[in-house]
Amino acid sequence: MRDVLPLREPAPPDGTMGEPRARGRFGEYGGRYAPESLVEACREVDEAFREAWADPGFRGALARLLAVHAGRPTPLTPAHRLSEALGVRLYLKREDLTHTGSHKINNVLGQALLATRMGRRRLIAETGAGQHGVATATAAALLGLEATVFMGERDIERQALNVFRMRMLGAEVVPVTTGSRTLKDATSEAMRHWVGVTGDSHYCIGSVVGPDPYPWMVREFQRIIGDEARGQCAAELRTGVPDYVVACVGGGSNAAGTFAGFADTRARLVGVEAEGGAGAARGRLGVMHGCRSLFLQDDDGQIVQAHSIAAGLDYPGVGPEHAHLRDLGRARYVTVTDEEAAGAAVRLARTEGILPALESAHALAWVIRAAGDGELPAGSTVLMTLSGRGDKDVSTLKELL
Amino acid sequence: MTDPTLAAGAVERHLRARRDTGRGLLMPYVTGGITPGWTDYLRAFAAAGADAIEVGLPFSDPTLDGVTIQQASDTALARGASTRRILADLSGVLDLGVPLVASTYYNLVLHDGPEAFCAALRRAGVDGLIVPDLPVHEADELTDVAAAAGIELVLLASPATPQPRLGEIACRSRGFVYAVSVMGTTGERAALAASAAELAERIRRVSDRPVLLGFGISTPDQAREARRHADGVVVGAAVMRRVLDGAGPDDLRAFLAPLRQALDQECDRPR
Repeated sequence: MRDVLPLREPAPPDGTMGEPRARGRFGEYGGRYAPESLVEACREVDEAFREAWADPGFRGALARLLAVHAGRPTPLTPAHRLSEALGVRLYLKREDLTHTGSHKINNVLGQALLATRMGRRRLIAETGAGQHGVATATAAALLGLEATVFMGERDIERQALNVFRMRMLGAEVVPVTTGSRTLKDATSEAMRHWVGVTGDSHYCIGSVVGPDPYPWMVREFQRIIGDEARGQCAAELRTGVPDYVVACVGGGSNAAGTFAGFADTRARLVGVEAEGGAGAARGRLGVMHGCRSLFLQDDDGQIVQAHSIAAGLDYPGVGPEHAHLRDLGRARYVTVTDEEAAGAAVRLARTEGILPALESAHALAWVIRAAGDGELPAGSTVLMTLSGRGDKDVSTLKELL
Repeated sequence: MTDPTLAAGAVERHLRARRDTGRGLLMPYVTGGITPGWTDYLRAFAAAGADAIEVGLPFSDPTLDGVTIQQASDTALARGASTRRILADLSGVLDLGVPLVASTYYNLVLHDGPEAFCAALRRAGVDGLIVPDLPVHEADELTDVAAAAGIELVLLASPATPQPRLGEIACRSRGFVYAVSVMGTTGERAALAASAAELAERIRRVSDRPVLLGFGISTPDQAREARRHADGVVVGAAVMRRVLDGAGPDDLRAFLAPLRQALDQECDRPR
């Protein structure tokens, strides 16, 4: 009786982004490194998600919510003027056009619907910039749930508008005053809180991190980005599949959802991290927030605080599946600086009339750089996920420019 | 039930021997590196009648700890505490007469690898290890390595642990079984949670390994109540709040004395 957890069918180890292996493993990463008090709660989420995901009724209800409430499908926009200037053919998957303005809503509607199915009456969430918090507050209001959002005190100061939006939507926003008072501490505090309320509350994690089944479940809720884009590319591109698929990576949810639609093609996958938050590019094997993955650490094994102009990339680790895709060489992870990201945001605004979130601007900054130095061959087709809109970043940009 | 083919280690032998004399077990906790002379607290604990001592190796992101242990961890880290330095300090401590049990998060175990970590614990005179974010189904990587190094890996059980899993935890735990008294984080509480008694009884039904109740035990009354259901208690946050408020080793010895007394009183526990 060494293993009382149900085993899963082995998934192909080829980076095609199927179901994780037994015990929530992506290669050597993932797992359920949760305190014993949360293990049963994680098992319940896993069981409920498996049932729901196999249930056409649940899938249909979620598809309808995504259509009538979140505004899906989102368009694929050819970036004509910028493409011409860069010498590549750039297409933008427009998650910025969803309700609440970022891809976060895809995951949150899925988890909120799952929570109601599990009989939970309350959602708990962590948030950095506030996008996931706003999405959670929105889904809770829509489905008649309560919402409690943990947010670092520093982020509360930096993102006052999103704090107000969450409260308008009826959510309780709890300031986190410990540690660095940012996203990683908000995540820790949400987990601590969950331990005491597992019976009536669902922890709605905002990225492809956390204990099994979260990294897998959140990727599945986000794969609609990649699945839609795959169909749109098939209709739009002569080659059917783009040469490159690019997305920004904090924890990595929009990238995981995007990559999932193309992992079984010959498209090259590129994840773009912030220079100061490069968990996949420069992290070291570790365990935090319930999963085994790559984390920025000092020489003693303490987790290092990330720094990025984009609060959504301010996380010192990366989702376990990204760590695995990196090891396999199926995806590459690169970094760009704050300045490159800010420059890319302005350039997209001026050439295409789209102001991207600073997170998404990281992905674009790499495209611009790679097109300039020949890393992206002339004429390449590039699909880039524009994960969110930039309204929230206007004051940051104003200070910078 | 206990696997009879595996001989008990130093922690378990020590705790069983003391339990079998009818004594309630007391394991106070201190965050390593919290003050310059922090190992003096260990001597005070031993003098106050501790049966084992838990030494926390502070981690930057302690997700199962309440605000007191979080503050203690931050304070120690800000002082420059690290696994290496704390273990070096421990190496300089003469035999206390009670086993030492380290506790930390799994990231610090993985940092140099489980083998190097366990070997370092052993060299520093540590006998046991508690890793609150390493549940039984993830423990394979560490159990054999720890056993080979002579480190007893203590597993935790919680009120939410279902029965077949509880049996596995009790069977695979070494040293003792750490019973988490309440669905919550570490920290002082007004009363012993009702879930504590039930959990301790459930563990005792499947194992005769010593059972220590922890999380939220800070007063003699709570210790006495805990003793009715378990073999003893872990006292962490109540100690660390006093340390953070400036209490010295003698203050803590005085704080622990009535807890020791409460645990020594005869109890009508059915065995």
